[in-house]
Amino acid sequence: MADFEVPTIKEDIIVPHINPGVMEGEGPFVARPEHQEALGFPGELVDNWQEAAVAKMGEMLKKYRSLKVFMDSCVKCGACTDKCHYFIGTADPKNMPVGRQDLFRKVYRRYFTIGGKLFPKLVGAEDFTEEVLNDWYNYFHQCSECRRCSVYCPYGIDTAEITMAAREIMASIGKGMKYSNEIIGKVFKIGNNLGLPEPALADTLEGLEEEVEDDTGVAVKYPLDQKGAEILLVTPSADFFAEPHVDGLIGYGKVFHEAGVSWTLSSKASEAANFGLFIGSYENMRRVALRIREAAIDLGVKRLIFGECGHAWRVAYSFLNTLAGPFDFLDQRYPVPQHILEFTLGELKKGTLNIDKSQNDDMTLTFHDSCNVARASRIGPTPGSQFETPRAVIKAVCNNFVDMRPDTIKEGTFCCGGGGGLLTDDLMEVRVKGALPRMTALKEVVEEEGVTHMAAICAICKSQFSKVLPYYGFGMDQIVSVHQLVSNALILKGSEQESEQAEAGA
Amino acid sequence: MSILTGFFAVLYSLAGIVLFGGLAYKIWVFFKTPAPLKIPTTPAPITRAGVAFRLAREVTVFESLFKSNKWLWLFGWMFHLGLFLVLLRHLRYVTEPVWNWVVLIQPFGKYASILMVIGLLGLLTRRLVVDRVKYISAPSDYLMLLLLLGIGMSGMLMTFVATPDIVQLKRFLLGVMMFQWEDFPASAILTIHMLLVALLMIIFPFSKLLHAPGVFFSPTRSQVDNPREKRHVVSWALKLESGDKR
Ligand code: HEM
Ligand code: SF4
Ligand code: SF4
Repeated sequence: MADFEVPTIKEDIIVPHINPGVMEGEGPFVARPEHQEALGFPGELVDNWQEAAVAKMGEMLKKYRSLKVFMDSCVKCGACTDKCHYFIGTADPKNMPVGRQDLFRKVYRRYFTIGGKLFPKLVGAEDFTEEVLNDWYNYFHQCSECRRCSVYCPYGIDTAEITMAAREIMASIGKGMKYSNEIIGKVFKIGNNLGLPEPALADTLEGLEEEVEDDTGVAVKYPLDQKGAEILLVTPSADFFAEPHVDGLIGYGKVFHEAGVSWTLSSKASEAANFGLFIGSYENMRRVALRIREAAIDLGVKRLIFGECGHAWRVAYSFLNTLAGPFDFLDQRYPVPQHILEFTLGELKKGTLNIDKSQNDDMTLTFHDSCNVARASRIGPTPGSQFETPRAVIKAVCNNFVDMRPDTIKEGTFCCGGGGGLLTDDLMEVRVKGALPRMTALKEVVEEEGVTHMAAICAICKSQFSKVLPYYGFGMDQIVSVHQLVSNALILKGSEQESEQAEAGA
Repeated sequence: MSILTGFFAVLYSLAGIVLFGGLAYKIWVFFKTPAPLKIPTTPAPITRAGVAFRLAREVTVFESLFKSNKWLWLFGWMFHLGLFLVLLRHLRYVTEPVWNWVVLIQPFGKYASILMVIGLLGLLTRRLVVDRVKYISAPSDYLMLLLLLGIGMSGMLMTFVATPDIVQLKRFLLGVMMFQWEDFPASAILTIHMLLVALLMIIFPFSKLLHAPGVFFSPTRSQVDNPREKRHVVSWALKLESGDKR
């Protein structure tokens, strides 16, 4: 089924010997002029691209402390070299975090350091040649910006920051990436990554209402653009139709219904994702984020809640206040923004939800921590709540839960392989190979603990796993949404299930 | 006054200026470069005090490195601890009167050099035998280790085998600092040791040795995790807001 060799899962997560050049290639499709220009970038590679790139690098070194400090501080200790899933899956040394950084650093040293100007060979500095640019384009699109390397680096050097800077430089000289840039264009034009216009969205939501009513006999609402609602829910657009995402959306609606709060989706901000992060463009990320502010103001809501999505939650949690704040017009008694799991856990604790855990007894669950949630946010008041809250919710609605091995979860979690703007078919080989460590850890619990399903709280993880699980001999439906589990176990007031429960109890 | 005295006096005056001036400049650049977004690697402390504690752990016990690789941690930590004690011990050459605690640690400082050299040998071996680390090494990475080994071993030779005229050396060093030059107590080993140290001082601010100040400025380690509670905006980003209808 693949035109590349799918790695075999071994007993353990094995650090390979380096195999230079195995992942050399063209990289993903290059953005077409219209995709570039919609984002304020030149349509195609500019004539003086080398000069322009070096100038842009200089500018960014002055704007981003991370970039400057990371460029200067790496001691080449090698602590990060075995930490990247793309290196583990491909063995290409340019996929070792420091190997990837050095693609950038050798140019930095050549143009911005005394050592690199005087003795380039000695310090590993190189001119920004076309060959280097090609390497950049290829290998900076084999990084999912997952930050795993930054956990293990003694200085916290985050290769994701370097990748973002490199992509921003490439876009600014006319060599952007098609997948991400086209999607950002759609968000500007239509409001979401999928390009679902308002009528289609309204239609879909109506369909969901019918489905839930058929299932339960309860008229749960999935409102769109309802002015004066208390809560604006912003969720990844995959939630509107794809499996297993949509089951999650059904779950959010049920929870809101039972909690008795009024809520709404927005057609203007019908997308939580913010691919501006992936391409490292502050301006584009900000433009995407401002839609959410505008939608919140237009609809007059009091609270802002985000659905299950990893990078979107990073942007929401860590950057929204910076990019589009202050949110002083919202109700300050609640976190701004709030994660749907924070809301659901709150309701579970309050006891407003009637839960029948046995509804999930056909499954044994494990949980995949999504990188951006794990290493760039919290879901709750305390450090580490981003690990505890999803697990607490899963355990509250399921009887059977086991974790994967400790070095592959929580802050050490392995990326699904499709994050950071790589979720495109033209990068399938990288995606499949990068999933190897996660697949290895999953197989372990499947075989030893009888795990049947893996839950996740990220639209990209869910899409990626649906695609790559089959390559490794699993079923595509073994990935589920956390709110799908909540939805399964939640007995709605006045529903058919509630009467059945009463009968069974009587 | 010998040529060697003149040479070393000038060299050390320069090396001192380059080291301290260069470092001050680099630190200033790190400091004034803005960090527009909150990017601490989470779980991260939610208070300033918590961040100070996190940084203290990184600097004293190399916390992240410990999570990463135990051998590397062991050698790296031995080298740095050794280096640190050795440096403290060297304070007696440049302070008059010598502080009490510096006197107290002299014996530790003496044996710390062994720790340092073993650590360095471990790091060098790793660089040569682990294919991943070899791949990322430039000539300067080996030379840096060799330079430190040279310094450590020539130092040990003087500590344990051929002690030079320490009293005169101290006069010389204090003289350089006071701009009143005194004779340099020439000996082959001391000359080599002092040349290598001067070289280290000069390349410090231009090399990866910037990791020492760098760790304090690394946003992933030094930022407080409180973006929802407190709005964080830098001045260049604020300028973008002027066109908004808010
Ligand atoms: C705040 C002070 C410092 C901290 C926290 C620190 C920390 C570290 C850490 C964690 C490493 C990586 C692991 C290793 O290879 O040992 C490292 C490497 C290194 N450090 Fe430091 N360091 C500090 C100061 C210094 C100083 C003052 C020097 C030298 C004069 C130095 C020289 C080196 C060298 C040469 C390496 C690379 C070792 C190799 O090639 O494998 N460090 N440092
Ligand atoms: S951010 Fe993730 S994908 Fe990128 S180099 Fe680091 S570990 Fe690899
Ligand atoms: S762990 Fe950090 S300092 Fe060490 S090689 Fe990797 S990026 Fe450089």
